[in-house]
Amino acid sequence: MPGQLFLVAYDGEDGGVVSYAADHAKTMGASLHVLHVLEWSPYSFLTPEELAERHKRRTEELARANDIVMAPILKSLNGTGVEVSSDIRYGNVVDLIIGTAKDKEADMIFVGRSGNSLADRVFGSVPIGLAQAAPVATVIVP
Amino acid sequence: MSYRMIAPVLALLSLLLPRFAAAQNGAPSIDEQINATVGAVTGPFVSFIFAPFPGTTFPWIVMWLVVGATVFTIYFGFIQFRAFAHSIALVKGDYSDPNDAGEVSHFQALATALSGTVGLGNIAGVAVAVSIGGPGATFWMILAGLMGMASKFTECTLGVKYRNEYADGSVSGGPMYYLTKGMGEQGRGAIGRVLAVLFAIFCILGSWGGGNMFQANQAHAQLVNITGGESSFLSGNGWITGVVIATIVFIVIVGGIKSIAKVTEKVVPFMALIYVGAAVVILIMNADKIGWAFGQIFAGAFTDVGVAGGLVGALIQGFKRAAFSNEAGVGSAAIAHSAVRTKEPITEGFVSLLEPFIDTVVICTMTALVIVITGVLNTDPETGRYLWDAEAGRIATAGGVGGVELTSAAFESSFSWFPFILAIAVVLFAFSTMISWSYYGLKAWTYLFGEGKVTELIFKILFCIFVVIGAAMNLGPVIDFSDAAIFAMAVVNIIGLYFLMPIVKAELNSYLDRLKSGEIKRYAH
Repeated sequence: MPGQLFLVAYDGEDGGVVSYAADHAKTMGASLHVLHVLEWSPYSFLTPEELAERHKRRTEELARANDIVMAPILKSLNGTGVEVSSDIRYGNVVDLIIGTAKDKEADMIFVGRSGNSLADRVFGSVPIGLAQAAPVATVIVP
Repeated sequence: MSYRMIAPVLALLSLLLPRFAAAQNGAPSIDEQINATVGAVTGPFVSFIFAPFPGTTFPWIVMWLVVGATVFTIYFGFIQFRAFAHSIALVKGDYSDPNDAGEVSHFQALATALSGTVGLGNIAGVAVAVSIGGPGATFWMILAGLMGMASKFTECTLGVKYRNEYADGSVSGGPMYYLTKGMGEQGRGAIGRVLAVLFAIFCILGSWGGGNMFQANQAHAQLVNITGGESSFLSGNGWITGVVIATIVFIVIVGGIKSIAKVTEKVVPFMALIYVGAAVVILIMNADKIGWAFGQIFAGAFTDVGVAGGLVGALIQGFKRAAFSNEAGVGSAAIAHSAVRTKEPITEGFVSLLEPFIDTVVICTMTALVIVITGVLNTDPETGRYLWDAEAGRIATAGGVGGVELTSAAFESSFSWFPFILAIAVVLFAFSTMISWSYYGLKAWTYLFGEGKVTELIFKILFCIFVVIGAAMNLGPVIDFSDAAIFAMAVVNIIGLYFLMPIVKAELNSYLDRLKSGEIKRYAH
């Protein structure tokens, strides 16, 4: 099917999920949207000093995420012939992946099986969250 | 480093050091010496701030705050009631642009400002008000809390509107900035600058007083209380508690160890919930007495029930402790609120008006109801009037205690283990309030002396010294100085607010029009 869009949730470490999604996109003629989420809750508690410096920190965090996380992975996709777009967002990881999938009308979601600790199993991890609520087919890459 | 910066440090040390030395030679204890010295230094300032109107016992400063809050309430058309629901929607993030995620949210600004105000004022301050002014003080405290919402709305809107945004993205805001910039816009730059400098001086004193010494003092009182009262090794040795707390504060604000502050910021809201939860349980256990307690509160508010000064005494105490607890009109919260990321300064005003509501109308009222209902205030069984303890200057209490110990005794009468929880809460509240006020004071200090590592370090070290002094002094002189410094901030701030309130009104009208027309949209959640 031409014109399909695959959403790749990239946590910054698990490059395998990106190349796996790129391979599938290439065979199917789909394009990729790489999403990196910086975990953030508007209901967390900060000290007055942190409040005053928050905008500065956010700017720094975004620059770092772009340089260290996004730029290298986008570079690795160069020459694959797959059309790639990307975004870095703040918020709850699962909510943002689902929200982006809906906004962009993505056809599939690719996510790495990050976090397999006991805590993740008890409290839920990103793949488990997506398995429960994803609006489209979701591939969990081990 | 200029002389004017070193001068206060030297003056303070020269006052204290000889006395510490004298104490070593079997003279009066260190605590007594600190008490006498600081009491003498702060006395005239305290007397001026609390001077009564000629021929009356009514302090002019209390009238000043009440008139201010009333003027703002009327000028903005009872905004605290009209905008209450919208304020909650803003805190929930209903109007926040998702693309701004990662910036300071309305909730975070509110939570941080609240952790600076919810503290000992709510626990110990209320006990002081009710034990001196009787249950009727609660009525006036609630009224002052409701009116104060309008003062807070005004100052926090201005705090965001006139903050300084630096090239690196950090912000500085608060009365110093709106007094200078806002009044400058109106062609009153000279008055604005004078007010800003005065405010900064009082803010530094306030950060040492109410934001610090009072906190250390009451944290120590509760620690003595749970470690055996007068037989405790801490009894009469406030400086030990002071040094311990000062060391931790030092590690956080000088050492930059944010993890301690982060833990506190997370634990404090839970302690507040546990505190209110325990109060609610006690009220439910005594549900049959709630009607009677409110009866006492109303009766005490308008009639003489045996307390000093009758209804005027109740009114003064209620207003004083409300202002001390929620800081409405004082200008401190405008410093914390000014960091929020919003295109509309007025939205932060709406959010901030919830602060006196949560702090005073909810939490302080809970404390007052528990104290009244549990019967720790002694009454004459025949007349039902409260018994006055002239020596202590308050109503006679069970166990003869006042301040935080009275609140502790009231909760203990229902839950024997509560004093321990309260001690943890008191220490944590004290600590988070100190961290907040160290920041407020620092902002005022750098406004006066300029930013720089050495300048900031001097302030921080002085701040820690005052922790020790506060823990060592008696409650009386500490409360007087704390109140005086914080009320002095309100004097300057409210003058500025009168000049600047038309600017807030223009912002308010513009915002409400756009909200009505749908230009300001609600983001779906």
